[in-house]
Order: sequence, then structure tokens, then C-alpha cells
Amino acid sequence: MIVFDRPKALLDVPFHYCPGCTHGIIHRLVAEAIDELGIEGKTVGIAPVGCSVMAYDYFACDMIEAAHGRAPAVATGVKRSDPDNLIVFTYQGDGDLASIGTAETVHAAARNENITVIFINNAIYGMTGGQMAPTSLPGQVTQTSPYGRDVKACGYPVRICEMLSELEGPEYLERVTVNSVANVRKAKAAIKKAFQNQIDGKGFSLVEVISSCPTNWGMTPKEALKWIDDNMIPYYPLGVYKDRSAGILGAADAKKEAK
Amino acid sequence: MAEKVLMKGNEAIAEAAIQAGCRHYFGYPITPQTEIAAYMAKRMPKIGGTFLQAESEIAAINMVYGVSSAGKRVMTSSSSPGISLKSEGLSYLAGSDLPALVVNAQRGGPGLGGIQPSQSDYFQATRGGGHGDYHMIVLAPSSVQEMADLTIRGFELADEYRMTAMILADGTIGQMMEPVSFDFKFKEVPEKPWATTGTKNARKHNVVNSLYLNPEQLEKTNIERYQRYEIIKEKEAMAEEYLTEDADIIVAAFGIAARVSKNAVNAARAEGIKVGLIRPITLWPFPEKVFAKAADHAKKIISVELSMGQMIEDVRLATACRVPVELCSRVGGMIPSPDQVYNAIVEAARKGGE
Repeated sequence: MIVFDRPKALLDVPFHYCPGCTHGIIHRLVAEAIDELGIEGKTVGIAPVGCSVMAYDYFACDMIEAAHGRAPAVATGVKRSDPDNLIVFTYQGDGDLASIGTAETVHAAARNENITVIFINNAIYGMTGGQMAPTSLPGQVTQTSPYGRDVKACGYPVRICEMLSELEGPEYLERVTVNSVANVRKAKAAIKKAFQNQIDGKGFSLVEVISSCPTNWGMTPKEALKWIDDNMIPYYPLGVYKDRSAGILGAADAKKEAK
Repeated sequence: MAEKVLMKGNEAIAEAAIQAGCRHYFGYPITPQTEIAAYMAKRMPKIGGTFLQAESEIAAINMVYGVSSAGKRVMTSSSSPGISLKSEGLSYLAGSDLPALVVNAQRGGPGLGGIQPSQSDYFQATRGGGHGDYHMIVLAPSSVQEMADLTIRGFELADEYRMTAMILADGTIGQMMEPVSFDFKFKEVPEKPWATTGTKNARKHNVVNSLYLNPEQLEKTNIERYQRYEIIKEKEAMAEEYLTEDADIIVAAFGIAARVSKNAVNAARAEGIKVGLIRPITLWPFPEKVFAKAADHAKKIISVELSMGQMIEDVRLATACRVPVELCSRVGGMIPSPDQVYNAIVEAARKGGE
């Protein structure tokens, strides 16, 4: 008999996330991947600063809370401390990974550091109450872009997968989302692959998960999932941006999914 | 007798670190400490260690944070502007009670300053540097031999008390060559049951963290940390006393300033002036008792520093201002000459005699 159960790598504690937030789904996918690969006992996770700061309370593996944006550097240290025996992942939001921690992200990728990065892109700073993120869309209204993101004044969103795909270093870059059952399944496969790559010693693997923030987007959870389809994915096309082992070597031969 | 080798101070730090079992070094190039990185880059690959030139000082200190979380001895080194960048990480290391060794080969500041020796990061080092209530153990070598000795001691203290030990050196001691012996007896590295080494499915997960959203809990961790600091203050303060027993005048100086001062003290003694030197070896904890005792008989203290007067505040605190304390200093990369210190001693003796 198959029973739907909580993954073992996820502790039995209530999440603090807002109703309709997709962090819960993504936590579960990470935990399922850890369970299926049988790596919980040798995995060390690095939590960011942001909404998922308390991820260290949710994952059953050893956990470290890093300074804002520094998770890839901390992960580098942990991985280098025992490269043959530890599996190391970071779990970071868009402010953490694509703004304050851009340098750490880019250079960990350039070094092809053998770590797994789970990048949550919901185009807003959630924890601090809905400020403009490096990935906020042009025209997007936030607390610090109350008239909509004006690209003339504050520039354009950062597309992390595209940007990193131009580097020689990284092994695997894929953008997924979790706004439908089908998309959740694809996201799961990508996350598991990002861990498998590390087990196989292939190097830096990053999965960007387009996520929703109903609270700070000012929408119902259902509207937020639709907003992903209507607004986020056109700007952030899903797909594989790099997969060295599969011969996808950069943006030029990226396998973008048709909407 | 142990064999001695001629080495630069910075190289002595690197070699001592390796002998102390440090197999992970992360750094970013900055003058005047780059010999440490160069030495590590050469040696680490040969002994199965990690040398990594990080993308920034910030990344380097966070790599240190990662290795330390995993329970291994680890270090980084830099010079003044780079230490400012690392200060965020130093605060997080303190908040997470992680051991680490950090070297600051100080240069003149503020800002980009210069590349010549300085002691003007005394406040930054002894007060913590980053945000929040915390301290680092601060060790101040004044010879190449001490660069090695205090590196070993730094790793031991860091592990024992789960905190950062900083070697507060300067460009001069880093660059100068002296014979140094590496004949060490090593203490056993303590167990680190808190380290994130993987649960092996055999224990509850370990969490390395400095976040406490509950203020009562955060207050408690701060108070507990300061109780540990009290033990360190009681047990670990170190100073060298030179001709202080009958001294009317005490020269206070550390690092390169102490070497200069010793010459001046000898010259003044030859003139019959009762002068001695207190050389703090730990700057935090500050050797308060040594100064308090000296204040019982001294009539004047001269603080010789390569700063606008930073350690002088700790001298005044340690002596509860019972004795007048004067500053004798050069800054910006300049070093006080033995004559300058000698003249300050003679002047103090003259005034004291009036």
C-alpha cells in the first residue's frame, strides 16, 4: 500500500510560511530528493537570510545559517572540508542569491564548485515586507517601487540562469516552476538531478524555481499561481540553460520550454 | 636543541598554521600579508589541504565559516581594509560560537590608507569590529618566533573557547626575517560534537546559527558568552614585563612598538632612569592586572603606539587613571624611533623629578 507521507528529510514541525507560499512545496521536493538518494546522513544544508531563513529548523540533515548572500561561500567551505563524504546544498531567495550575494553566486559557479543551489525566485523581498527585488519585473509594484519598477531609474531584472550559462564553469542550470502538478513534477526531477550531479562529482548545479508570494504580490494563492504563468514565465522562460553532460553548453543551445 | 630556520614573519605564521593541523586557507590578495597566501598556495596542494583564493574578503571569511562549521581548523589572513570587509563574518563567527584564526597584518588607515605598518586597528580588533556584543582573542606578536608561537596558541584558544583568535601583527613583523624554531608540543584538538559533519543518520541534526528571534533567548546566549569571556580574562591574559619591578616610569607597547621601546628603555636605564616595559601579548583579554600592579609604584606610563592613541584607553582603564598616561606615537605607516621613545622617557623622568 502506498501511503502519502512526510519525507524523512523534513522534520515534523509546522512551517512559518504564509498561506499559498510555494516554499513548502519546494522544501518538500528537496527533502524527497534527499530521501530518494539516501543522502540525509551526509548532507549539510545552508539556509539564507530571507523568508527561508529558518529552513534550518525544517530539514533533518545538518544545517548552517549563513550571512545574507554568503551561502555559496559557506557551502564552498563545508564542501572543501570533506569533499568525498559530504553533500552540500544552499537554499536561497532572489534577494540573497541575485542581489547581495551575486558575487558569491557567480564565483561559486565559475569555480564549478561541486555544490547544489536551490534558487527561489519570487521577484520580491518577502520577509522584510515586499520590497523590490533584483528579479522584480519591469513595472512591478512593490513597497519600494510604488509606481511600478521604472527600469530607467532602477535598471532591469537579473536573469540568473541566462547570466550563469555564459560561464564555462557550471555543470547544470535549469529554471522550473511549481504552479501546477505537471510543473511540480518537472521541478522535482530537476532538483533531484542537481543533487545527483553532486554525488557524481559533476560540479555546480543550480535550479531556479519560479515561485509565488501571494502575501506581498497582494493576490490570492490561486491568482498568484496564474500570475506566474502570465507574467513571470514570459520574462523568465523555463528550461535547461546548461547541462554540460547533455551537451547543452550555454544560452545559445539552451532548451527553453515553449509557454 | 631544535633547529632554527630563517623566515619572514608572515611565512612563520603560515608554517605554524600547517603544523597546527590547519588544512584550509582562504584569502584575497592584499599588501602586506600576501606571503601567507603565497606560502599556503605552494604548500597546501602538497599535503592534501585546500588553498583557495576567494573572490573577496567577504567570501573568504564565509568559507572560513563553512569549514569551521564542519569542525576543521581553518584560517584566513588580510590587512586592515580587508579586515573591515571580513568584519561581517567575524560577527557571525562570534554569534555562532565558531573557532577560527584570522591574521591582520595592519597597515595605515583609514580608507585605503597606505601599505606601511600600523597599529591603528587596535580598537577594531579588541572591541570586535563587527556588529553586536562580542570579542575575539587578540594576540600581538613582536618577533618572528612569536608569529609562529601565537599562531599555534591562537588555534588552541580558538578551539577551546569556540571563538575567533586574531593575530594582530603589522607589516614590519610580517616582512622581517629572523631565525625561528618549530619545536612545538601540540595540545589535542578538542572534540566538536556541535559540528555539521553530517548526521550519519545517527543523531539529531546539528544547526550552526546566530539567529535568535526570541529576545530572552538572545539575551541568554549573550550573557553566557560573556561568562565565557570572564574565564578567558581570568586565565588567558599574557604580558611580558621587562625591568618593571622598581620602575617609576612604565612604557606600554606591543608588537613592533615594543621592540623599539625596549631599546629606549635600555638606553634610559643606562642613564640611571628607573624605567620598565610592559608588553601586552594578549590585547584582548588586556593584561589588566599587570598594569594595575605597576600603577602601585609607577609615577607615569607612556603608551607607545603606531596609532593616534588606542591602547592608551585600555591602559587608563586598567590603572583606573591612578597614574598619568601619555601617548608617544607615529601614524600613517611611520614608526616611532628609539630616540623618540627615549626622549619621552627622559622628559617624563625630568618632570617626575621636579
